Amino acid sequence: MLELKNISFNVESEGQNKEIIKNVDLVIPDGKLIVITGPNGGGKSTLARLIAGIEIPTSGNILFNGEDITESTVTERARMGISFAFQQPVRFKGIRVIDLLRLAAKKQLSGADACEYLSAVGLCAKEYVDREVNASLSGGELKRIEIATILARSTALSIFDEQEAGIDLWSFQNLIDVFRHMRDNIKDGSIIIISHQERILDIADEIIVIKDGTVVDNGTKDEILPGLIGTSSALKCRKQ
Amino acid sequence: MKLDEIQKRLLREVADLHKVPEGAYNIRSNSTSAGRRSTENIEIVSKTDVSGIDIFIKPNTKNESVHIPVVLTESGLKEVVYNDFHIGEGADVVIVAGCGIDNCGNQDSQHDGVHTFYVGRGAKVKYVEKHYGSGDGKGKRILNPVTEVHMEEDSTMEMEMVQIKGVDDTDRKTIADLKEGAKLVVRERLMTHGEQQAISTYTVTLNGDNSSADVVSRSVARDNSFQKFDAKIVGNAECHGHTECDSIIMDNGRILAVPGLEANNVDASLVHEAAIGKIAGEQLIKLMTLGLDEHEAEEQIINGFLQ
Ligand SMILES: Nc1ncnc2c1ncn2[C@@H]1O[C@H](COP(=O)(O)OP(=O)(O)O)[C@@H](O)[C@H]1O
Ligand SMILES: [Mg+2]
Repeated sequence: MLELKNISFNVESEGQNKEIIKNVDLVIPDGKLIVITGPNGGGKSTLARLIAGIEIPTSGNILFNGEDITESTVTERARMGISFAFQQPVRFKGIRVIDLLRLAAKKQLSGADACEYLSAVGLCAKEYVDREVNASLSGGELKRIEIATILARSTALSIFDEQEAGIDLWSFQNLIDVFRHMRDNIKDGSIIIISHQERILDIADEIIVIKDGTVVDNGTKDEILPGLIGTSSALKCRKQ
Repeated sequence: MKLDEIQKRLLREVADLHKVPEGAYNIRSNSTSAGRRSTENIEIVSKTDVSGIDIFIKPNTKNESVHIPVVLTESGLKEVVYNDFHIGEGADVVIVAGCGIDNCGNQDSQHDGVHTFYVGRGAKVKYVEKHYGSGDGKGKRILNPVTEVHMEEDSTMEMEMVQIKGVDDTDRKTIADLKEGAKLVVRERLMTHGEQQAISTYTVTLNGDNSSADVVSRSVARDNSFQKFDAKIVGNAECHGHTECDSIIMDNGRILAVPGLEANNVDASLVHEAAIGKIAGEQLIKLMTLGLDEHEAEEQIINGFLQ
Protein backbone atom coordinates (compact mmCIF):
# COMPACT_ATOMS: atom_id res chain seq x y z
CA MET A 1 0.00 0.00 0.00
CA LEU A 2 1.19 3.47 -0.89
CA GLU A 3 0.10 6.56 1.03
CA LEU A 4 0.69 10.18 0.14
CA LYS A 5 0.13 12.48 3.11
CA ASN A 6 -0.36 16.15 2.42
CA ILE A 7 2.25 16.19 -0.36
CA SER A 8 3.25 19.53 -1.83
CA PHE A 9 5.95 20.18 -4.40
CA ASN A 10 7.20 23.64 -5.29
CA VAL A 11 9.84 24.70 -7.79
CA GLU A 12 11.70 27.91 -8.33
CA SER A 13 10.88 28.99 -11.88
CA GLU A 14 11.79 32.34 -13.42
CA GLY A 15 12.38 33.80 -10.00
CA GLN A 16 8.93 32.72 -8.86
CA ASN A 17 7.91 29.99 -6.52
CA LYS A 18 5.60 27.70 -8.45
CA GLU A 19 3.35 25.16 -6.73
CA ILE A 20 3.16 22.09 -8.93
CA ILE A 21 1.59 19.69 -6.44
CA LYS A 22 -0.64 21.11 -3.73
CA ASN A 23 -1.54 19.24 -0.53
CA VAL A 24 -2.26 15.90 -2.17
CA ASP A 25 -3.62 13.08 0.02
CA LEU A 26 -3.93 9.71 -1.64
CA VAL A 27 -4.09 6.04 -0.75
CA ILE A 28 -3.17 3.44 -3.36
CA PRO A 29 -4.50 0.18 -1.94
CA ASP A 30 -3.03 -3.27 -2.63
CA GLY A 31 -4.54 -5.47 -5.29
CA LYS A 32 -5.88 -2.57 -7.34
CA LEU A 33 -5.27 -1.04 -10.72
CA ILE A 34 -5.46 2.74 -10.43
CA VAL A 35 -5.62 5.05 -13.43
CA ILE A 36 -4.61 8.68 -12.96
CA THR A 37 -6.01 11.09 -15.53
CA GLY A 38 -6.49 14.82 -15.91
CA PRO A 39 -5.48 17.64 -18.24
CA ASN A 40 -1.94 18.08 -19.55
CA GLY A 41 0.28 20.00 -17.21
CA GLY A 42 -1.87 19.02 -14.23
CA GLY A 43 0.98 17.37 -12.36
CA LYS A 44 0.53 13.65 -13.08
CA SER A 45 4.13 12.96 -14.14
CA THR A 46 5.41 15.04 -11.24
CA LEU A 47 3.36 12.94 -8.83
CA ALA A 48 4.84 9.76 -10.32
CA ARG A 49 8.37 11.19 -10.02
CA LEU A 50 7.68 12.04 -6.38
CA ILE A 51 6.58 8.46 -5.72
CA ALA A 52 9.68 7.05 -7.45
CA GLY A 53 11.95 9.40 -5.49
CA ILE A 54 13.22 11.34 -8.51
CA GLU A 55 11.77 14.47 -6.91
CA ILE A 56 11.55 15.03 -3.17
CA PRO A 57 8.41 16.75 -1.89
CA THR A 58 8.65 20.23 -0.41
CA SER A 59 6.38 19.03 2.39
CA GLY A 60 4.35 15.99 3.32
CA ASN A 61 5.16 12.30 3.68
CA ILE A 62 5.14 9.21 1.51
CA LEU A 63 4.58 5.81 3.11
CA PHE A 64 5.14 2.51 1.35
CA ASN A 65 3.75 -0.53 3.16
CA GLY A 66 3.71 1.56 6.32
CA GLU A 67 7.33 2.66 6.06
CA ASP A 68 8.12 6.36 5.61
CA ILE A 69 10.10 6.61 2.38
CA THR A 70 9.95 10.40 1.99
CA GLU A 71 13.73 10.67 2.31
CA SER A 72 14.60 7.40 0.55
CA THR A 73 16.65 7.52 -2.62
CA VAL A 74 15.49 6.32 -6.03
CA THR A 75 17.67 3.22 -5.63
CA GLU A 76 16.29 2.41 -2.19
CA ARG A 77 12.70 2.72 -3.38
CA ALA A 78 13.45 0.58 -6.43
CA ARG A 79 14.87 -2.10 -4.16
CA MET A 80 11.80 -1.87 -1.89
CA GLY A 81 9.63 -2.70 -4.87
CA ILE A 82 8.68 0.44 -6.74
CA SER A 83 8.96 0.37 -10.55
CA PHE A 84 8.49 3.34 -12.84
CA ALA A 85 8.10 3.34 -16.63
CA PHE A 86 9.00 6.82 -17.89
CA GLN A 87 6.77 8.88 -20.15
CA GLN A 88 9.90 9.52 -22.26
CA PRO A 89 12.04 6.38 -22.17
CA VAL A 90 15.80 6.85 -22.06
CA ARG A 91 18.24 5.73 -24.75
CA PHE A 92 21.63 4.18 -24.00
CA LYS A 93 24.44 3.76 -26.48
CA GLY A 94 25.90 0.28 -26.33
CA ILE A 95 23.46 -1.17 -23.80
CA ARG A 96 21.42 -3.95 -25.42
CA VAL A 97 17.81 -4.82 -24.75
CA ILE A 98 18.89 -8.05 -23.06
CA ASP A 99 21.31 -6.12 -20.81
CA LEU A 100 18.53 -3.81 -19.69
CA LEU A 101 16.17 -6.73 -19.04
CA ARG A 102 18.90 -8.45 -17.01
CA LEU A 103 19.52 -5.35 -14.92
CA ALA A 104 15.78 -5.11 -14.35
CA ALA A 105 15.29 -8.77 -13.48
CA LYS A 106 18.36 -8.73 -11.20
CA LYS A 107 19.43 -12.14 -12.42
CA GLN A 108 20.97 -13.95 -15.34
CA LEU A 109 17.90 -14.00 -17.52
CA SER A 110 17.92 -16.81 -20.01
CA GLY A 111 17.22 -16.00 -23.63
CA ALA A 112 13.87 -17.73 -23.22
CA ASP A 113 12.83 -15.57 -20.26
CA ALA A 114 13.82 -12.41 -22.14
CA CYS A 115 11.77 -13.62 -25.09
CA GLU A 116 8.73 -14.00 -22.89
CA TYR A 117 8.87 -10.39 -21.69
CA LEU A 118 9.45 -9.07 -25.18
CA SER A 119 6.69 -11.17 -26.71
CA ALA A 120 4.32 -9.89 -24.03
CA VAL A 121 4.83 -6.37 -25.39
CA GLY A 122 4.48 -7.54 -28.96
CA LEU A 123 8.11 -7.47 -29.98
CA CYS A 124 9.66 -10.33 -31.88
CA ALA A 125 12.24 -11.37 -29.33
CA LYS A 126 14.80 -12.72 -31.78
CA GLU A 127 15.01 -9.40 -33.57
CA TYR A 128 15.26 -7.34 -30.44
CA VAL A 129 17.30 -8.99 -27.67
CA ASP A 130 20.63 -7.95 -29.13
CA ARG A 131 19.57 -4.54 -30.38
CA GLU A 132 21.07 -1.54 -28.65
CA VAL A 133 18.67 0.66 -26.71
CA ASN A 134 19.81 3.62 -28.79
CA ALA A 135 18.51 6.04 -31.38
CA SER A 136 17.97 3.22 -33.88
CA LEU A 137 14.81 2.22 -31.99
CA SER A 138 11.58 4.09 -32.63
CA GLY A 139 9.71 5.81 -29.83
CA GLY A 140 7.09 3.05 -29.84
CA GLU A 141 9.69 0.28 -29.68
CA LEU A 142 11.42 2.03 -26.78
CA LYS A 143 8.17 2.32 -24.86
CA ARG A 144 7.44 -1.35 -25.29
CA ILE A 145 10.95 -2.25 -24.10
CA GLU A 146 10.40 0.06 -21.13
CA ILE A 147 7.25 -1.88 -20.28
CA ALA A 148 9.10 -5.20 -20.69
CA THR A 149 11.66 -4.07 -18.09
CA ILE A 150 8.82 -3.35 -15.65
CA LEU A 151 7.38 -6.81 -16.31
CA ALA A 152 10.84 -8.31 -15.72
CA ARG A 153 11.06 -6.52 -12.37
CA SER A 154 7.56 -7.61 -11.29
CA THR A 155 7.56 -5.51 -8.12
CA ALA A 156 4.84 -4.69 -5.60
CA LEU A 157 4.12 -1.31 -7.19
CA SER A 158 4.37 -0.51 -10.89
CA ILE A 159 3.83 2.98 -12.25
CA PHE A 160 3.32 3.57 -15.98
CA ASP A 161 3.40 7.12 -17.28
CA GLU A 162 1.44 7.66 -20.52
CA GLN A 163 2.76 4.55 -22.21
CA GLU A 164 0.30 4.78 -25.09
CA ALA A 165 1.68 7.99 -26.55
CA GLY A 166 3.65 7.12 -29.68
CA ILE A 167 2.42 3.55 -29.81
CA ASP A 168 0.57 2.48 -32.93
CA LEU A 169 -3.01 1.26 -32.89
CA TRP A 170 -2.18 -2.42 -33.11
CA SER A 171 0.06 -2.25 -30.09
CA PHE A 172 -2.44 -0.09 -28.24
CA GLN A 173 -4.72 -3.12 -28.06
CA ASN A 174 -1.67 -5.16 -27.13
CA LEU A 175 -0.83 -2.66 -24.39
CA ILE A 176 -4.30 -2.97 -22.90
CA ASP A 177 -3.90 -6.75 -22.94
CA VAL A 178 -0.57 -6.40 -21.09
CA PHE A 179 -2.21 -4.21 -18.42
CA ARG A 180 -5.18 -6.58 -18.16
CA HIS A 181 -2.88 -9.52 -17.73
CA MET A 182 -0.97 -7.66 -15.02
CA ARG A 183 -4.29 -6.85 -13.34
CA ASP A 184 -5.34 -10.51 -13.44
CA ASN A 185 -2.10 -11.53 -11.71
CA ILE A 186 -1.95 -8.60 -9.34
CA LYS A 187 -2.12 -10.55 -6.04
CA ASP A 188 -1.26 -8.00 -3.33
CA GLY A 189 0.66 -5.61 -5.57
CA SER A 190 -0.71 -2.47 -7.15
CA ILE A 191 -0.51 -0.78 -10.51
CA ILE A 192 -0.73 2.92 -11.28
CA ILE A 193 -1.27 3.90 -14.90
CA ILE A 194 -1.24 7.52 -16.02
CA SER A 195 -3.43 7.81 -19.11
CA HIS A 196 -6.16 9.80 -20.83
CA GLN A 197 -7.44 6.89 -22.85
CA GLU A 198 -11.00 5.82 -22.21
CA ARG A 199 -10.14 2.20 -22.98
CA ILE A 200 -7.41 2.24 -20.34
CA LEU A 201 -9.67 4.05 -17.84
CA ASP A 202 -12.15 1.29 -18.52
CA ILE A 203 -9.88 -1.39 -17.01
CA ALA A 204 -9.29 0.62 -13.82
CA ASP A 205 -10.54 -0.40 -10.41
CA GLU A 206 -10.21 3.20 -9.29
CA ILE A 207 -9.71 6.50 -11.07
CA ILE A 208 -7.95 9.60 -9.76
CA VAL A 209 -8.34 12.93 -11.57
CA ILE A 210 -5.52 15.44 -11.11
CA LYS A 211 -5.83 19.05 -12.19
CA ASP A 212 -3.70 22.08 -11.34
CA GLY A 213 -1.70 20.00 -8.87
CA THR A 214 -4.66 18.80 -6.82
CA VAL A 215 -6.89 15.74 -6.71
CA VAL A 216 -10.21 16.94 -8.09
CA ASP A 217 -11.93 13.57 -8.20
CA ASN A 218 -11.21 10.12 -6.82
CA GLY A 219 -13.32 6.97 -6.68
CA THR A 220 -14.22 3.69 -8.31
CA LYS A 221 -14.35 3.45 -12.08
CA ASP A 222 -18.15 3.32 -12.05
CA GLU A 223 -18.33 6.47 -9.97
CA ILE A 224 -15.80 8.51 -11.94
CA LEU A 225 -15.68 7.35 -15.55
CA PRO A 226 -19.17 8.41 -16.67
CA GLY A 227 -18.42 12.01 -15.69
CA LEU A 228 -15.22 12.02 -17.72
CA ILE A 229 -16.62 10.70 -20.99
CA GLY A 230 -16.36 13.36 -23.66
CA THR A 231 -13.70 15.37 -21.82
CA SER A 232 -9.96 15.50 -22.48
CA SER A 233 -9.49 13.26 -19.47
CA ALA A 234 -11.07 10.30 -21.30
CA LEU A 235 -10.20 10.37 -24.96
CA LYS A 236 -12.31 8.07 -27.12
CA CYS A 237 -9.64 6.80 -29.41
CA ARG A 238 -6.28 8.08 -30.32
CA LYS A 239 -5.62 9.59 -33.74
CA GLN A 240 -9.28 10.44 -34.34
CA MET B 1 57.27 -20.79 -24.90
CA LYS B 2 58.68 -19.44 -21.65
CA LEU B 3 56.39 -16.81 -20.24
CA ASP B 4 55.74 -15.96 -16.61
CA GLU B 5 52.33 -15.35 -15.09
CA ILE B 6 52.41 -11.57 -15.61
CA GLN B 7 53.34 -11.99 -19.25
CA LYS B 8 50.56 -14.52 -19.72
CA ARG B 9 48.07 -12.17 -18.11
CA LEU B 10 49.16 -9.32 -20.40
CA LEU B 11 48.73 -11.61 -23.40
CA ARG B 12 45.22 -12.43 -22.33
CA GLU B 13 44.38 -8.74 -21.96
CA VAL B 14 45.76 -7.58 -25.29
CA ALA B 15 45.15 -10.53 -27.56
CA ASP B 16 42.58 -12.71 -25.79
CA LEU B 17 45.29 -15.34 -25.92
CA HIS B 18 44.95 -18.15 -23.45
CA LYS B 19 47.27 -20.46 -25.32
CA VAL B 20 49.39 -20.51 -28.45
CA PRO B 21 47.24 -18.97 -31.17
CA GLU B 22 46.16 -20.71 -34.33
CA GLY B 23 47.77 -19.59 -37.54
CA ALA B 24 50.81 -17.36 -37.81
CA TYR B 25 52.11 -15.51 -34.80
CA ASN B 26 55.02 -13.62 -33.36
CA ILE B 27 55.13 -12.95 -29.63
CA ARG B 28 57.55 -10.30 -28.53
CA SER B 29 58.45 -10.20 -24.86
CA ASN B 30 60.88 -7.70 -23.34
CA SER B 31 62.43 -6.96 -26.71
CA THR B 32 63.05 -10.56 -27.72
CA SER B 33 60.97 -13.01 -29.70
CA ALA B 34 59.28 -15.46 -27.33
CA GLY B 35 57.77 -17.49 -30.13
CA ARG B 36 57.04 -17.36 -33.83
CA ARG B 37 55.28 -19.39 -36.44
CA SER B 38 54.93 -18.80 -40.16
CA THR B 39 52.38 -20.71 -42.18
CA GLU B 40 52.21 -21.72 -45.80
CA ASN B 41 50.53 -18.43 -46.72
CA ILE B 42 51.84 -16.08 -44.07
CA GLU B 43 55.54 -15.58 -43.63
CA ILE B 44 57.07 -13.66 -40.73
CA VAL B 45 60.67 -12.50 -41.17
CA SER B 46 62.86 -10.45 -38.82
CA LYS B 47 64.12 -7.14 -40.11
CA THR B 48 67.86 -6.81 -40.29
CA ASP B 49 68.34 -3.01 -40.31
CA VAL B 50 65.97 -2.11 -37.45
CA SER B 51 64.04 -3.92 -34.75
CA GLY B 52 60.86 -5.46 -36.08
CA ILE B 53 59.36 -7.88 -38.54
CA ASP B 54 58.02 -8.12 -42.06
CA ILE B 55 54.81 -10.04 -42.48
CA PHE B 56 54.13 -11.31 -45.98
CA ILE B 57 50.62 -12.52 -46.72
CA LYS B 58 50.22 -14.31 -50.05
CA PRO B 59 47.57 -13.16 -52.52
CA ASN B 60 44.15 -14.75 -52.00
CA THR B 61 44.95 -16.10 -48.54
CA LYS B 62 41.50 -16.60 -47.03
CA ASN B 63 40.30 -16.73 -43.44
CA GLU B 64 43.70 -16.81 -41.84
CA SER B 65 44.96 -14.84 -38.89
CA VAL B 66 48.19 -13.34 -37.60
CA HIS B 67 48.79 -12.55 -33.94
CA ILE B 68 51.66 -10.24 -33.07
CA PRO B 69 51.30 -9.27 -29.41
CA VAL B 70 53.98 -7.44 -27.47
CA VAL B 71 54.52 -7.57 -23.73
CA LEU B 72 56.86 -5.53 -21.58
CA THR B 73 57.49 -6.37 -17.94
CA GLU B 74 60.96 -4.94 -17.36
CA SER B 75 60.83 -1.47 -15.87
CA GLY B 76 62.81 1.12 -17.82
CA LEU B 77 62.66 -0.68 -21.15
CA LYS B 78 62.28 1.60 -24.16
CA GLU B 79 61.91 0.29 -27.68
CA VAL B 80 60.91 1.32 -31.17
CA VAL B 81 59.68 -1.51 -33.34
CA TYR B 82 58.88 -1.49 -37.04
CA ASN B 83 56.37 -4.01 -38.33
CA ASP B 84 55.47 -4.03 -41.99
CA PHE B 85 52.47 -5.94 -43.31
CA HIS B 86 52.46 -6.84 -46.98
CA ILE B 87 48.97 -8.04 -47.74
CA GLY B 88 48.57 -9.72 -51.12
CA GLU B 89 45.77 -9.04 -53.58
CA GLY B 90 42.44 -10.58 -52.70
CA ALA B 91 43.57 -11.84 -49.28
CA ASP B 92 41.06 -11.87 -46.42
CA VAL B 93 42.79 -11.91 -43.05
CA VAL B 94 42.54 -10.94 -39.40
CA ILE B 95 45.53 -9.31 -37.75
CA VAL B 96 45.62 -9.05 -33.98
CA ALA B 97 48.27 -6.76 -32.53
CA GLY B 98 48.37 -5.23 -29.10
CA CYS B 99 50.75 -4.24 -26.38
CA GLY B 100 50.64 -4.84 -22.67
CA ILE B 101 53.02 -3.17 -20.27
CA ASP B 102 53.43 -4.11 -16.65
CA ASN B 103 55.63 -1.66 -14.85
CA CYS B 104 56.32 -2.23 -11.19
CA GLY B 105 59.48 -0.20 -11.16
CA ASN B 106 60.26 3.48 -11.00
CA GLN B 107 61.53 3.98 -14.52
CA ASP B 108 59.30 4.66 -17.51
CA SER B 109 58.59 1.78 -19.86
CA GLN B 110 57.88 2.65 -23.44
CA HIS B 111 56.92 0.80 -26.60
CA ASP B 112 56.62 2.70 -29.85
CA GLY B 113 55.24 0.43 -32.54
CA VAL B 114 55.37 1.63 -36.10
CA HIS B 115 53.01 -0.45 -38.21
CA THR B 116 52.85 -0.04 -41.94
CA PHE B 117 50.21 -1.80 -43.98
CA TYR B 118 50.40 -2.31 -47.71
CA VAL B 119 46.92 -3.56 -48.50
CA GLY B 120 46.77 -5.14 -51.95
CA ARG B 121 44.01 -4.69 -54.51
CA GLY B 122 40.72 -6.18 -53.33
CA ALA B 123 42.19 -7.43 -50.04
CA LYS B 124 40.19 -7.38 -46.83
CA VAL B 125 41.86 -6.82 -43.49
CA LYS B 126 40.47 -6.74 -40.02
CA TYR B 127 42.99 -5.27 -37.63
CA VAL B 128 42.51 -5.40 -33.87
CA GLU B 129 44.86 -3.58 -31.53
CA LYS B 130 44.53 -3.47 -27.77
CA HIS B 131 46.65 -1.56 -25.34
CA TYR B 132 46.81 -2.32 -21.68
CA GLY B 133 48.92 -1.28 -18.74
CA SER B 134 49.27 -2.56 -15.19
CA GLY B 135 51.71 -2.49 -12.29
CA ASP B 136 51.94 -0.01 -9.46
CA GLY B 137 55.45 1.34 -9.91
CA LYS B 138 56.11 5.05 -10.24
CA GLY B 139 57.47 4.53 -13.75
CA LYS B 140 55.07 5.47 -16.50
CA ARG B 141 53.67 3.11 -19.12
CA ILE B 142 53.99 4.82 -22.45
CA LEU B 143 52.75 3.71 -25.86
CA ASN B 144 53.19 5.79 -28.98
CA PRO B 145 51.88 3.79 -31.92
CA VAL B 146 52.19 4.97 -35.48
CA THR B 147 49.99 3.24 -38.01
CA GLU B 148 50.37 3.84 -41.69
CA VAL B 149 47.92 2.32 -44.12
CA HIS B 150 48.31 2.31 -47.88
CA MET B 151 45.26 0.93 -49.58
CA GLU B 152 45.09 -0.23 -53.18
CA GLU B 153 41.96 -0.28 -55.35
CA ASP B 154 38.88 -1.89 -53.81
CA SER B 155 40.66 -2.97 -50.65
CA THR B 156 38.92 -2.85 -47.27
CA MET B 157 40.42 -2.31 -43.87
CA GLU B 158 38.57 -2.37 -40.58
CA MET B 159 40.58 -1.22 -37.61
CA GLU B 160 39.52 -1.66 -34.03
CA MET B 161 41.71 0.06 -31.50
CA VAL B 162 41.10 -0.25 -27.81
CA GLN B 163 42.85 1.29 -24.84
CA ILE B 164 40.81 1.04 -21.69
CA LYS B 165 43.20 0.77 -18.80
CA GLY B 166 46.56 1.53 -17.38
CA VAL B 167 48.44 3.36 -20.13
CA ASP B 168 49.80 6.66 -18.81
CA ASP B 169 50.79 8.38 -21.97
CA THR B 170 49.79 7.77 -25.56
CA ASP B 171 50.46 9.71 -28.69
CA ARG B 172 48.87 7.78 -31.49
CA LYS B 173 49.24 8.71 -35.12
CA THR B 174 47.28 7.06 -37.86
CA ILE B 175 47.87 7.94 -41.48
CA ALA B 176 46.02 6.38 -44.37
CA ASP B 177 45.75 6.88 -48.09
CA LEU B 178 43.11 5.22 -50.22
CA LYS B 179 42.86 4.50 -53.91
CA GLU B 180 39.74 3.98 -55.99
CA GLY B 181 36.97 2.02 -54.27
CA ALA B 182 38.99 1.45 -51.10
CA LYS B 183 37.20 1.54 -47.79
CA LEU B 184 38.58 2.27 -44.33
CA VAL B 185 36.60 1.84 -41.13
CA VAL B 186 38.12 2.80 -37.79
CA ARG B 187 36.58 2.18 -34.40
CA GLU B 188 38.57 3.58 -31.54
CA ARG B 189 37.63 3.10 -27.89
CA LEU B 190 39.51 4.88 -25.20
CA MET B 191 39.28 5.40 -21.49
CA THR B 192 41.71 7.46 -19.47
CA HIS B 193 42.06 7.70 -15.68
CA GLY B 194 44.13 9.54 -13.11
CA GLU B 195 46.66 11.87 -14.70
CA GLN B 196 46.74 9.97 -18.01
CA GLN B 197 47.06 11.69 -21.35
CA ALA B 198 46.04 10.33 -24.71
CA ILE B 199 46.40 12.00 -28.05
CA SER B 200 45.04 10.45 -31.19
CA THR B 201 45.69 12.03 -34.55
CA TYR B 202 44.31 10.80 -37.85
CA THR B 203 45.09 11.94 -41.35
CA VAL B 204 43.11 10.04 -43.94
CA THR B 205 43.51 10.98 -47.58
CA LEU B 206 40.90 9.81 -50.03
CA ASN B 207 42.61 9.86 -53.40
CA GLY B 208 40.44 7.54 -55.48
CA ASP B 209 36.86 7.87 -56.68
CA ASN B 210 34.39 5.92 -54.56
CA SER B 211 36.80 5.61 -51.70
CA SER B 212 35.43 6.05 -48.21
CA ALA B 213 36.55 6.45 -44.63
CA ASP B 214 34.55 6.21 -41.43
CA VAL B 215 36.51 7.09 -38.30
CA VAL B 216 34.61 6.84 -35.03
CA SER B 217 36.07 7.38 -31.60
CA ARG B 218 34.20 6.68 -28.40
CA SER B 219 35.96 7.73 -25.28
CA VAL B 220 35.66 8.36 -21.58
CA ALA B 221 37.95 10.74 -19.69
CA ARG B 222 37.87 10.36 -15.91
CA ASP B 223 39.68 11.92 -12.96
CA ASN B 224 42.24 14.49 -14.17
CA SER B 225 42.96 12.84 -17.50
CA PHE B 226 43.19 14.57 -20.83
CA GLN B 227 42.41 13.41 -24.36
CA LYS B 228 42.83 15.00 -27.72
CA PHE B 229 41.11 13.62 -30.78
CA ASP B 230 42.36 15.22 -33.95
CA ALA B 231 40.85 13.68 -37.05
CA LYS B 232 41.49 15.02 -40.47
CA ILE B 233 40.04 13.70 -43.69
CA VAL B 234 41.21 14.98 -47.04
CA GLY B 235 38.97 14.34 -50.04
CA ASN B 236 40.78 14.53 -53.36
CA ALA B 237 38.19 12.64 -55.42
CA GLU B 238 34.54 11.67 -55.48
CA CYS B 239 34.53 10.15 -52.01
CA HIS B 240 32.81 9.88 -48.64
CA GLY B 241 34.46 10.72 -45.36
CA HIS B 242 32.99 10.68 -41.88
CA THR B 243 34.64 11.31 -38.54
CA GLU B 244 32.92 11.16 -35.21
CA CYS B 245 34.07 11.83 -31.68
CA ASP B 246 31.59 10.77 -29.05
CA SER B 247 32.84 11.31 -25.53
CA ILE B 248 31.88 11.18 -21.90
CA ILE B 249 33.72 13.37 -19.42
CA MET B 250 33.69 12.68 -15.69
CA ASP B 251 35.30 14.28 -12.62
CA ASN B 252 37.89 16.75 -13.95
CA GLY B 253 38.45 14.93 -17.24
CA ARG B 254 39.14 17.07 -20.28
CA ILE B 255 38.70 16.37 -23.97
CA LEU B 256 39.66 18.38 -26.99
CA ALA B 257 38.13 17.33 -30.31
CA VAL B 258 39.62 18.95 -33.36
CA PRO B 259 37.65 18.48 -36.53
CA GLY B 260 39.50 18.66 -39.81
CA LEU B 261 37.87 18.28 -43.19
CA GLU B 262 39.57 19.24 -46.40
CA ALA B 263 37.69 18.89 -49.68
CA ASN B 264 39.78 19.36 -52.79
CA ASN B 265 37.20 17.94 -55.18
CA VAL B 266 33.67 19.16 -55.73
CA ASP B 267 32.35 15.61 -55.43
CA ALA B 268 33.95 14.96 -52.07
CA SER B 269 31.41 14.59 -49.29
CA LEU B 270 32.85 14.94 -45.80
CA VAL B 271 31.11 15.00 -42.44
CA HIS B 272 32.37 15.54 -38.93
CA GLU B 273 30.39 15.00 -35.74
CA ALA B 274 31.48 15.58 -32.18
CA ALA B 275 29.61 15.31 -28.93
CA ILE B 276 31.22 15.68 -25.52
CA GLY B 277 29.35 15.72 -22.25
CA LYS B 278 28.84 14.10 -18.92
CA ILE B 279 26.55 11.10 -18.48
CA ALA B 280 22.96 12.22 -18.95
CA GLY B 281 21.19 12.53 -15.60
CA GLU B 282 18.13 10.71 -16.90
CA GLN B 283 20.26 7.70 -17.88
CA LEU B 284 21.53 7.45 -14.29
CA ILE B 285 18.01 7.88 -12.90
CA LYS B 286 16.57 5.24 -15.22
CA LEU B 287 19.09 2.65 -14.05
CA MET B 288 18.55 3.71 -10.44
CA THR B 289 14.82 3.01 -10.83
CA LEU B 290 15.92 -0.52 -11.74
CA GLY B 291 17.65 -0.76 -8.36
CA LEU B 292 21.25 0.15 -9.24
CA ASP B 293 23.04 2.67 -7.08
CA GLU B 294 24.63 5.67 -8.74
CA HIS B 295 28.07 4.10 -9.00
CA GLU B 296 26.72 0.87 -10.50
CA ALA B 297 24.63 2.86 -12.95
CA GLU B 298 27.70 4.82 -14.07
CA GLU B 299 29.69 1.64 -14.61
CA GLN B 300 26.91 0.09 -16.70
CA ILE B 301 26.57 3.20 -18.85
CA ILE B 302 30.32 3.43 -19.45
CA ASN B 303 30.73 -0.28 -20.12
CA GLY B 304 27.96 -0.14 -22.68
CA PHE B 305 29.30 3.02 -24.25
CA LEU B 306 32.74 1.47 -24.71
CA GLN B 307 31.41 -1.88 -25.96
N1 LIG C 1 11.18 20.83 -12.35
C1 LIG C 1 10.21 21.64 -12.83
N2 LIG C 1 10.45 22.96 -12.97
C2 LIG C 1 9.51 23.80 -13.45
N3 LIG C 1 8.27 23.40 -13.81
C3 LIG C 1 7.98 22.10 -13.70
C4 LIG C 1 8.93 21.14 -13.22
N4 LIG C 1 8.37 19.92 -13.23
C5 LIG C 1 7.12 20.09 -13.71
N5 LIG C 1 6.88 21.40 -13.99
C6 LIG C 1 5.62 21.99 -14.45
O1 LIG C 1 4.61 21.44 -13.66
C7 LIG C 1 3.43 21.23 -14.40
C8 LIG C 1 2.99 19.79 -14.29
O2 LIG C 1 3.78 18.99 -15.13
P1 LIG C 1 3.60 17.42 -15.29
O3 LIG C 1 3.73 16.78 -13.98
O4 LIG C 1 4.54 16.98 -16.36
O5 LIG C 1 2.10 17.34 -15.82
P2 LIG C 1 1.32 16.17 -16.57
O6 LIG C 1 2.15 14.94 -16.50
O7 LIG C 1 0.05 16.06 -15.83
O8 LIG C 1 1.11 16.64 -17.97
C9 LIG C 1 3.72 21.69 -15.80
O9 LIG C 1 3.27 23.01 -15.94
C10 LIG C 1 5.21 21.63 -15.86
O10 LIG C 1 5.72 22.53 -16.80
MG1 LIG D 1 3.02 13.72 -17.99
